Amino acid sequence: MSHTAQHEESHGAGEVKKVTIILSVLTIIELILGFWMMDIHNVGMRLAIKGSIVILMMAKAFYIVAYFMHLKHELKNLIMTIVVPLGLFIWFIIAFLYDGNSFRNLRNTYDPYFKERATIKVEKKEEGHGEAAHEAVADTTAHASDTAAVENKH
Amino acid sequence: MSTATVETTKSWGGGKSPFNVEYGKLMMWYFLMSDAFTFGAFLISYGTIRFSTNGWPDPNEVFRSFPFAPEGVHAPLVFVSVMTFILIVSSVTMVLAVKAGQEMDKKAVVKYMIWTIIGGIAFLSCQAWEWNHLHHEGAWWGRNPFLNADGTASSTNFTNYFFTITGFHGFHVFSGVIINIIMLIMTLLDKFEQRGHYLMIEKAGLYWHFVDLVWVFVFTCFYLI
Repeated sequence: MSHTAQHEESHGAGEVKKVTIILSVLTIIELILGFWMMDIHNVGMRLAIKGSIVILMMAKAFYIVAYFMHLKHELKNLIMTIVVPLGLFIWFIIAFLYDGNSFRNLRNTYDPYFKERATIKVEKKEEGHGEAAHEAVADTTAHASDTAAVENKH
Repeated sequence: MSTATVETTKSWGGGKSPFNVEYGKLMMWYFLMSDAFTFGAFLISYGTIRFSTNGWPDPNEVFRSFPFAPEGVHAPLVFVSVMTFILIVSSVTMVLAVKAGQEMDKKAVVKYMIWTIIGGIAFLSCQAWEWNHLHHEGAWWGRNPFLNADGTASSTNFTNYFFTITGFHGFHVFSGVIINIIMLIMTLLDKFEQRGHYLMIEKAGLYWHFVDLVWVFVFTCFYLI
């Protein structure tokens, strides 16, 4: 077996250490954003934070595939045969999420029951698990004003 | 690859590996690509359903506990970040095992494979605890005790997708641990020393990193956003 690339592969422990640190830092930033988002009820702001988390997620995916799975150091042909088909995901994600969103708007417009159900708050469940359940209900009411704003837009 | 005496064709002359990787490794890449489409289909389906409904449970209200914590504790994101770091660390030890294999260092391969296996088992234990905890709270396929974030009634879509996708990922972790154990046994039996290369460790490593990669997406889609 001719593994001439094998010699290039020893990019050293330095690269592994660097990528480990990058992945940890990106995860910590994601978590900070996640914790921060809990206290934010502005819809646009929440969307912006979610967008940044998704970008950080893509960065993490890149570092895992490129360095841990070593794809960056393979031949260009191999990189292309893996990456190009996965490019279909760009279309999948846009098309399906757009479709889902459109389906919700249609139902909100033409299905009164669907629309109505999304405005009725559930009473506290008696069969709940004591304090935990009550607390959850109390907490969720705090988010109510935020989601009411969303509904007004539609 | 030495047997490649193919007739000359227009597209590829033959006689030489076009991608400069071993056959099995290339096939592992193609398998992982197909697996990526499977997971992608699951996650996109989840996204579509979430976009098509008016309300969705707040993950910070659902995933809020961790082992040995008192009842009713509110600690969102804590336990799942522990799980995430366990998987990242086990991915790093796998990289080190692959590297040791390329240097034909059997002792180091054994050491890092054991650490990787321990990481995988730790992750599975965390997941088993979390599933058990959610099950006790009344969540399961077809049952959703959690309200939407705005206090309205939720459907079972949330729990169905959560258990299906994390379950499918957990099954991948489980099979990854089994593969890693087999690789460890083969290393201990000097199989790779006899072959003169540790390419099998690299292939197992690709699979293991893929499992970590999928968790990056699952973690973001279910716990963060």
